[in-house]
Amino acid sequence: MTQQQTAGPPSAGHADLAEEFLDRQTPLSRIRNILHRYPALSPAIVLLIAVVVFGILNERFLRVENLSLITQQVAVVGTLAIAQTLIILTAGIDLSVGAVMILSSMVIAQLAVSNGIPGPLALIAGLAVGLAAGALNGFLVTRFRLPPFIVTLGTLNIFVALTLLYSGGSTVRGSAMPPVLTWLGSTFPIGPVRISTGVVMMILLYVVVAFILGKTAWGRHVYAVGDDKEAARLAGIPVSRVLMSVYLAAGAVLAVGAWIQIGRTNAASPNAGVDLNLDSITAVVIGGTSLFGGRGSIWGSLLGALIVGIFRNGLSLAGLDVLYQTLAVGILIIVAVSIDQWIRKVKS
Amino acid sequence: MTTTEFAASHTNTREPILKARNLVKTFGRVVGLDGVSLDLYPGEVLAVIGDNGAGKSTLIKCLTGAEVPDAGELYVSGQQVHFKRPQDARVHGIETVYQNLAVSPALDVASNLFLGREERLPGLLGSVFRMLDTKGMRRKAKEELTRLGISTLQDVTVPVENLSGGQRQAVAVARAAAFGSKVVVLDEPTAALGVRESNQVLQLVRDLRDRGLPVILISHNMPHVFDVADRIHIQRLGKCAATITPQSHSMTDAVAIMTGAAKA
Repeated sequence: MTQQQTAGPPSAGHADLAEEFLDRQTPLSRIRNILHRYPALSPAIVLLIAVVVFGILNERFLRVENLSLITQQVAVVGTLAIAQTLIILTAGIDLSVGAVMILSSMVIAQLAVSNGIPGPLALIAGLAVGLAAGALNGFLVTRFRLPPFIVTLGTLNIFVALTLLYSGGSTVRGSAMPPVLTWLGSTFPIGPVRISTGVVMMILLYVVVAFILGKTAWGRHVYAVGDDKEAARLAGIPVSRVLMSVYLAAGAVLAVGAWIQIGRTNAASPNAGVDLNLDSITAVVIGGTSLFGGRGSIWGSLLGALIVGIFRNGLSLAGLDVLYQTLAVGILIIVAVSIDQWIRKVKS
Repeated sequence: MTTTEFAASHTNTREPILKARNLVKTFGRVVGLDGVSLDLYPGEVLAVIGDNGAGKSTLIKCLTGAEVPDAGELYVSGQQVHFKRPQDARVHGIETVYQNLAVSPALDVASNLFLGREERLPGLLGSVFRMLDTKGMRRKAKEELTRLGISTLQDVTVPVENLSGGQRQAVAVARAAAFGSKVVVLDEPTAALGVRESNQVLQLVRDLRDRGLPVILISHNMPHVFDVADRIHIQRLGKCAATITPQSHSMTDAVAIMTGAAKA
C-alpha cells in the first residue's frame, strides 16, 4: 500500500513506529470503541443494573403494576425527549419544549371546552400550535443565526406568557372535555398487565422517528448537520432547510406530547410541567446523545427517560427522601456527560 | 467514464479538459488575479504553487466556482462555462477537496461518500417510505474505492473519525474522484499529515492520474510537488510567472521564480 518514497526524510521509520503505537488496542479502548459505535449501549447497561439493584432492594419494584406505573410516569417526558433528541442531534438545544407542549395542550382543551369545537379539530389546532412554535424557533435559528439556547430561552418565556394569557391561569378538567382528548389516559389489559394508550402512543412515536433517523436521507442529513455544519454544506446538504424541518418535526411531536399529557393528568393545566424542559434534556443526555451534536440514538433517549423514572420510583420504594432522588439524577447527568466526553476521545 | 475511455483520451488528444484564459479578479483596489491562463490536460497532475498572496487561492476559487472572475473565460472540455456557485462546477465534473476536509466524522465511510447524493431503495420502500439503500450504497462505495485504487479503506462501515488523518484524506479524495468526475482539485492535501500519511495521499494522487483523472494540486510543500506533479504552474503577484516541469527546473529554480529572484 505504501511504497517507501525517495523524498521521505530519514524520520519515516519513527513515524511508522508511532503509528503502530497508536493502533495498539487496549481492552479499555476496545470497550470505548464499542460504546462509541452503539450510543444506546451504555444507558441500556445502566438501566439493567438499576432494575436488578432496585429489584433486590424492594420486592415490590419488579411487580407488573409498578413497572406499568413507571412507564406511565415516563410517557410525557419520553415524548418530549424525542423532540429534544432531534434538536440536540443538530448540536442545538430546546429549552422551550415543555412550554410548547403546555401551550398546545391549553389550546386543545380551551377550544374543545370553551369554544365547543369538536375534539379532533381541537387536536389539529393543537398540532398547528406545535408546528407554529417550531417554525418560530427554526426561523430564528436559521435566518438570524442566533444560538438555539438563546432563541429557545426567549421563546420559553414567550410561550409561558402566551399560555397564561390565553388560559387566564385556569385549569380545564378532563371530565369536561370530549372523550377523544383524554383517550390517551385510558388503559387496556394485555393478560394481567394494564397498558396505557399514552405509553403505546409514545412508543409508536419512537418507532417512527427511529425509522426516519436511521433509514432515510433526511435522518442522515440531521446527523451530518449536527456533526459538522460546514462539511455538510460543502457536501451539498441544504443546512438551513434541514434545521428548519427538525424544529417543525419537534413541534409536531410536542403537540402529540400535549395530547398524552392531557390524558395522563386528566386535565390541561397552564402550571404543569415547569421542570419538563430540563427533564427532557436529562433523558437525552443520560441516553447517550452528545450535546455537541451528530452523535446519539433516539432509543437511548427512551432508555434515559426510563432510567430517570426508575431511579425516582426505586429510590422512593427503598424509602429514601425525594431529595435523594434529585441528588441521584444530578449525579447521573454528570456521569453520563463524562462518559460521553471519554467516548468522544476515541482514537483519532 | 471508464478507465479505458480515459486512457484513450489521454493518448489521442491534447485538448485540455479545463482551460482558463486571462482570468481577472480584483477585490476593491487589490488585484487578486491579473490575467491568468491555465491548461489542464487529461491524465496529468498540475501543481499550483506560489507565495502567500500570489493569487493561487483566488485562481482555484475561480476554477471551482467559489469566486466569480471579473473577466476571462473558462472552458470545460472545450465548452465555455460560467460558474456562479461551487455547485455549478460540480455539475461540470469539477470536484474540490477543501483544506479543512469536508467529511462528517461521526458518519461511516460509505455514508460520507454518498453524503448529499444518497440513493433510495427501488419500489414502494424507496418512493413512499423514503428508505435508503444502505447495502447498495456500501457495495457501490467499495466498488468505487477499488476502482480508484484506494486500498487503505477496507471497511466502509467504519466511522470516519476512527480513521487516521491519511485515511480521512483518502475518503475526501475518493468522494471528489468518484461518480464520474472529470477534474479533482486538492487544496493542500498533505498540510496536516505526517510523513507516512502524506506518502499515502501522494500515492493516491498518482493513482488517480494513472487512471486518467487529471488533478490540480495546491501545495506549499516543494518536495511533494516535485514528487507527483507533471507540470508546475507558478503564481507570482497575481500572474502566472512560469509553467515548468520537475525535469526542466530544480526546486531551487522554482523557489527563485516564485520569489522573483529569477526569471523563468
